[in-house]
Amino acid sequence: MSALPEGVRVPVAVVDYGAGNLVSIEQALDAAGAVTHRAERADQIGDPALLVVPGVGASAPAMQRLRAGGFEPAILDWVAAGRPFLGICLGLQLLFETSDEDEARTLGILRGHTVRLDGAPTLPHIGWNQVERRRHHRAFAGIAPDADFYFVHSYAGAPDDEDVVVAETEHGARFTSAVASGNLLGVQFHPERSGADGLRLIANVVRVAGEVG
Amino acid sequence: MLRRRVIPCLDVADGRVVKGTRFVDLKDEGDPPELAERYAREGADELVYLDISAAPEGRGTLLDIVERTARRAFIPLTVGGGVRSVDDMRAVLRAGADKVSLNTRAVEEPELVRRCAARFGSQAVVVAIDARRVQPSDAIPSGFEVVVKGGRQPVGLDAVAWALRAVDLGAGELLVTSIDRDGTGSGFDTEQLRAISSAVPVPVIASGGAGGPDDFIAAVREGGADAVLAAGIFHRREWSIAAVKAAMAAAGLPVRLPREAAEA
Repeated sequence: MSALPEGVRVPVAVVDYGAGNLVSIEQALDAAGAVTHRAERADQIGDPALLVVPGVGASAPAMQRLRAGGFEPAILDWVAAGRPFLGICLGLQLLFETSDEDEARTLGILRGHTVRLDGAPTLPHIGWNQVERRRHHRAFAGIAPDADFYFVHSYAGAPDDEDVVVAETEHGARFTSAVASGNLLGVQFHPERSGADGLRLIANVVRVAGEVG
Repeated sequence: MLRRRVIPCLDVADGRVVKGTRFVDLKDEGDPPELAERYAREGADELVYLDISAAPEGRGTLLDIVERTARRAFIPLTVGGGVRSVDDMRAVLRAGADKVSLNTRAVEEPELVRRCAARFGSQAVVVAIDARRVQPSDAIPSGFEVVVKGGRQPVGLDAVAWALRAVDLGAGELLVTSIDRDGTGSGFDTEQLRAISSAVPVPVIASGGAGGPDDFIAAVREGGADAVLAAGIFHRREWSIAAVKAAMAAAGLPVRLPREAAEA
């Protein structure tokens, strides 16, 4: 799956801020050719090739814990430096300016807001749904343009800037399910729980980070 | 479009997959992670482990198989049975499960649902409701009564009212089993499913009575289920997950098909 030489593992830091369990993302990264470590405080990030912010749950307590761990400036600096970044689910939503969920002020790296899924027949939106690509992105190399991925959420980021939209998904209404800007990628679905295509996406992200980093 | 999910359930005791009419006459059916991986390959959308270990030592073994499963099958895993506290739930999630399912314990102590949802999020909390048909009454207006302890003990609670309460407490999904149909292969109780699915906003997983692909279609069409769970028909290899999903797709239901099939 990876173009890296046999046995070369890409160092990845996973931000551990108490929002959901990290085991499945670590296992998937491991299967995709990474070697992971957890950062419980910003000074434990070290110098990885890729920074991953996972997470499920509400924005306000998550931001509180990110700030308590000193992660807010660290993530802003990391992304500003153009270094490879992957946000998953809540880790994507936190990239926007605010969240409607609890009026939280979030990281503000991307312009736009996290809003409740409008007109959804069921909430939370749980299960496999099609991720329909709006433009090419190397993270999706080798993955069908409308492949199914696993979702678990009730809110989603709504970017102001159309250019960052990589993919959309429909559940009652359309919402943005993947965004990218430079070396930053954010996905609303859970690639670590999306079978072979999910592992392929993670392997693509890890490989590119290994080349960039 | 959101897919309708097909979920195989594996009964697990002391680290092995077992089968039998729940709790009696158990036969050893093999290593759970191995079977889980096979199901994932065949197109299972999620997996459920129901821990029916008699002895407390079974718990440690369960955590071990959860961890080995999560490393092999990269699809969501729910663990039910024996989760009695927030600490139990934490241990199961740390081993690599995505959700826990609370059944008897939720009825005994509804606040546990709230505490688990507050700590780990609603998406990680499934409330399992076992119910049977009774004469509608003031206490049970829907005619569906909640039963606990593996279906043996009625509790005088209306299943629709309990479903609404469970969602209010923080359940992100409901796993609804018809005790009348469980193990019979005579089809899901679609009226019971519809009574609950039309009352709650969260996804409902149908369980109890799968005999063939038509039953899966009826659970979705007539019962309003978002997902359909079955054990026996998959374990006994009467139907493969792929065959069930192909039949659902042919009936016009949105399902996730293997890539090759999707492109064909």
